[in-house]
Amino acid sequence: MKRFLSIAVASAMVAAALTGCGGGASDSTAPAEGTENGSTAPAEGDSAAAADGAVFKIGGIGPVTGAAAIYGQAVKNAAQLAVDEINAAGGINGVPIEFNFQDDEHDAEKAVNAYNTLKDWDMQVLLGTVTSTPCTAVVEKTHEDNMFHLTPSGSAVESIQYDNAFRVCFSDPNQGTASAQYIGENGLATKVAVIYNSSDVYSSGIYQTFAAEAGNQGLEIVSAEAFTADSNTDFSVQLQKAKDAGAELVFLPIYYTEASIILGQADKMGYKPQFFGCDGLDGLLTVEDFDTALAEGVMLLTPFAADAEDELTQNFVKAYQDAFGDVPNQFAADAYDGIYAIKAAIEKAGVTPDMSASDICDALKVSMTEISIDGLTGLGMTWGADGEPNKEPKAVKITNGAYAAM
Amino acid sequence: MSLLSYLINGISLGSVYAIIALGYTMVYGIAKMLNFAHGDVIMVGGYVVFIMTSGMGLPPVLAVLVSMLVCTVLGMVIERVAYKPLRMAASPLAVLITAIGVSYLLQNLALLLFGANTKSFKSVVTIPPLVLAEGQLTISGETIVTIIACIVIMAGLTLFIKKTRAGQAMLAVSEDKGAAQLMGINVNGTIALTFAIGSALAAVAGVLLCSTYPSLSPYTGAMPGIKAFVAAVFGGIGSIPGAMIGGILLGIIEILGKAYISSQMADAIVFAVLIVVLLVKPTGILGKEIQEKV
Repeated sequence: MKRFLSIAVASAMVAAALTGCGGGASDSTAPAEGTENGSTAPAEGDSAAAADGAVFKIGGIGPVTGAAAIYGQAVKNAAQLAVDEINAAGGINGVPIEFNFQDDEHDAEKAVNAYNTLKDWDMQVLLGTVTSTPCTAVVEKTHEDNMFHLTPSGSAVESIQYDNAFRVCFSDPNQGTASAQYIGENGLATKVAVIYNSSDVYSSGIYQTFAAEAGNQGLEIVSAEAFTADSNTDFSVQLQKAKDAGAELVFLPIYYTEASIILGQADKMGYKPQFFGCDGLDGLLTVEDFDTALAEGVMLLTPFAADAEDELTQNFVKAYQDAFGDVPNQFAADAYDGIYAIKAAIEKAGVTPDMSASDICDALKVSMTEISIDGLTGLGMTWGADGEPNKEPKAVKITNGAYAAM
Repeated sequence: MSLLSYLINGISLGSVYAIIALGYTMVYGIAKMLNFAHGDVIMVGGYVVFIMTSGMGLPPVLAVLVSMLVCTVLGMVIERVAYKPLRMAASPLAVLITAIGVSYLLQNLALLLFGANTKSFKSVVTIPPLVLAEGQLTISGETIVTIIACIVIMAGLTLFIKKTRAGQAMLAVSEDKGAAQLMGINVNGTIALTFAIGSALAAVAGVLLCSTYPSLSPYTGAMPGIKAFVAAVFGGIGSIPGAMIGGILLGIIEILGKAYISSQMADAIVFAVLIVVLLVKPTGILGKEIQEKV
């Protein structure tokens, strides 16, 4: 009996360890997706390049399968849309762009593999990766190779820690600070609860800066509860604590998958505070089978609202809907702006496609700080040498099952 | 009031663990093997109900019955194909490793068929929540159903084992396989029946789990499966009331640990409890010390 138990316990630990890996790495679908993307993109590019032979090769990396698939898919679609528009208008300085997007399943190891695949394809500029953790791994490689690296939405501080890397979105610290400022300035609440994922850099990064700024804005954090990737289905305790502490607003610096569960469980408990999140909540409305009525009134800090009335946004939303059938989220907008920022930087620096990736990088990291573009995610966006964008924060509210600009 | 609310949540979570742990413990008691694929059978049960209700619009009760049927067949097929040949030939360790393999096979098949996207599971429970003490305490319909289901299953299994011939056969096989065979009991048939019952329970657990925590992914069953195994060992593996007590205690420990110690350490606390219990009482709370004969 005892011997059986010792075997049993040993194997439980093995199984637990194995499950840990399994959770992050959702293996089987990736290679198929990867080859699919790999094979279609060059084919399109080849026909465009046939005219004079030279193309700019821009690679993209992001999760098109897995838990963060909605982001990667949006980036892939919108970047392709921007590339097609630029090519249709004659390319960059007359040179067409070839775009190749690889899946990383929101996994750091797979992202590095995807980067190597793109390097074998002779990529010259990288638009990626979409999520923070893989981006932080890939930036080490792009720094080593001196490859120009622009992430549309990798928001961790470390994601662009080298001088070759820039981003379109706000960094996590900026999001946490901006959220606290937005809540304080608009008088949304004074007692605030936070539920964050302590096993995720993105989530804990935002939480820390939010907590630091909250005091300055007169906000009182009455409960701050964490969860981890292994315990992300039961939030009854965290919600109960927020409720008992009398929080009027629950700040959710997390991704939408967990948020959808939190909203459902809060509803069952009869707890109805104001929920406020960051860009990670974008995608909430597209979770399969999610009752969008639960998300009614949820606010999120995001630089892009699909119902904004400026001409640029409206044209983009229409083109995106025609091509892909759904309303673009802010990740799509970030990627679209990212491609145009690369175009502007290439034009400014006068880079030609026959230059090596390293020479292009040296030229672009200078010109990137000199350009100013009017994009979907902000007017007159500029970049500092640290890679951070300068633009105004905006928030949207979910009303009648759609994002509405505030 | 919040303590009461935590306790109820703990019992609800623990009831799910208990139903899963019953599957582990029955199979262990009778076949002397740990069926690590059990957690993934739960996930399959969840997906079957998801397809039936969301995809085909069938009524939840029918969906649950179909799901139980599918899981029963799946459990028996797994036993027949993966475990039975090895049980005859190889050491218990080989069967154990095969079980881990089957677990991965099921997860990856689910990835292939349904994709890695987490799906939002519509609860099959339509009972309205119970609101007590002027809204300070809310007990969800899922919690009520889970706890009742757990008690009913427990009582049903105990009766089944005490009163029916098949149940008596199970008891005999669990005590001495060789002697049972000599007395004319169909040992292989009994083991297959055990897998069938365990897997049907897994389907029920899957539905309750996904209804209470409304998300479904190919990895849904992994962590609850491991924790239910802890519950089974905690209560004394091989013992049916032990699985029940272990499961419910574990659920309460997990929720109270989260509430009063640290919300991020909840899983570590659960596993620490296992280690302490095994150090103090190596056979678990209700486990029997059986002398191994040389």
